[in-house]
Amino acid sequence: MRLITAIIKPFKLDDVKDALKAANVTGITVTEVRGFGRQGGHIETYRGAEYKVDLIPKVRLELVVEDTVADRVVEVIVKSAGTGKIGDGKVWITDVSRVVRIRTGEEGRDAI
Amino acid sequence: MEPAGLAWVLISSALVLFMTPGLAFFYGGMDRRRNVLNMLMMNFYCVLAVPVLWMVLGYSLAQVPFENDFIGGFDSFLLGDISEAGDGGTLATIAFLGMFAAITPALISGAVAGRMKFAAWAVFVPLWLFIVYVPVFKSVYGGWLGQRGSLDFAGGTAIHVNAGIAALAAVLVLGRRRVDPAPPHSMPLVMIGTGILWFGWFGFNAGSALNANGQAAQAFMNTFLAGAAAGLAWVLTEWIRDGKPTNLGAASGIVTGLVAITPAAGYVSGTAPIVIGAIAGVVSCYAVRLKTKLRYDDALDVVGVHFVGGLVGSLLIGFFSNPKFFGAEFGAGLFYGGDTRLLIEQAIANGAAIAWSFILTFVIMKVLDLTMGVRAEVQVELTGLDLALHSENAYHD
Repeated sequence: MRLITAIIKPFKLDDVKDALKAANVTGITVTEVRGFGRQGGHIETYRGAEYKVDLIPKVRLELVVEDTVADRVVEVIVKSAGTGKIGDGKVWITDVSRVVRIRTGEEGRDAI
Repeated sequence: MEPAGLAWVLISSALVLFMTPGLAFFYGGMDRRRNVLNMLMMNFYCVLAVPVLWMVLGYSLAQVPFENDFIGGFDSFLLGDISEAGDGGTLATIAFLGMFAAITPALISGAVAGRMKFAAWAVFVPLWLFIVYVPVFKSVYGGWLGQRGSLDFAGGTAIHVNAGIAALAAVLVLGRRRVDPAPPHSMPLVMIGTGILWFGWFGFNAGSALNANGQAAQAFMNTFLAGAAAGLAWVLTEWIRDGKPTNLGAASGIVTGLVAITPAAGYVSGTAPIVIGAIAGVVSCYAVRLKTKLRYDDALDVVGVHFVGGLVGSLLIGFFSNPKFFGAEFGAGLFYGGDTRLLIEQAIANGAAIAWSFILTFVIMKVLDLTMGVRAEVQVELTGLDLALHSENAYHD
């Protein structure tokens, strides 16, 4: 099993979610996060004073999938989250050694 | 007091009370999320402590006897000389003035935001009320400054200039915040607070006629127009200067305009409120930048908005005062047949209030600093005053 983690632009969440649903993914976890990368931050102005906001809002997606579909899911995310502009985010795959569904105690692919 | 006047003063009192939560939101939204409850509490504390202090002794020292030039007396201690309700006029006036006494120290809280011990604030407010607010109030209304001929309809000198310069003295003792200032944590909260303040300000200014009459109606109109004109002026100034119109600019401008028209509300008419508001809006839009140049940490611009706005409005009375319009006996401004006498009196009254308030606020803060300490500890400031001082958190999941 693989854990797929993606950091994306917040406004692309709906597109990515719909694309993943269409690709038969059974569930995702979404977190609002802040961070910086190559994109850097932005300037906000209050009463004429400038404030540099260098941690900018992003959305983190997490989903656990079977090994065989991991690469395809990554393709779906890359395609649906991309805008071609700086700050589109990243997606990575991590090995997962064990997954348990809490309600039933099912493990492995049955738990996904 | 006539029944109509009594009804209006009672309603106005409630409107002025509502300004303190409005101010709390206005300031709280501008503060960091980890300090917002401390900001609200500093403001609400003023409507907890001051009404009681006002009933016990504040009103007595501020008002009774009127003949005294500098400070009142003890005749009204615990309102002891009021043995019957009568027509309600006296009681309504005491309540109305008590609301003003409550919001005035609350204005200072915006300057010391994010780093003052709450215990020190709890002691500061009563001390400041009796040592600074009451003598200045008494001097301006019925005391030596008022008798000289200076005008202050609803508290430009007695409240806004007074609290604004006190805020400067307070931050000079308190020192700068340890971390860089952050942007407002909730602009919607700031805008709600601004709306509540404007709404309440109709009671503050029009209620200060202490009657339901033409002067009250004109003060109402002036409150309406000056807030709008100053908001517009601030937004246009920053739009041209910085490139974008902002919500905080609109909010700051509205409050500045309301501050500026406060001393003039019952003395000016026609286009004067628009001119006064617009001038104050532009001047304060630049004045709020002084703190970065002069390196004093007035966190939420109490000096730039209340001191500068109040001073501008008070001095402009010397130009726009129009007694003929009100059919009343008070000094005329330069544009309405007066000479420079009124302008000079306005300058003297503000100068005296500034000196008294600045020096004594500085002394109060110094004494508190030497005895109990005014500054929150490093760890408290960094983790946030809400959790450290109040065991509360504004935003849970």
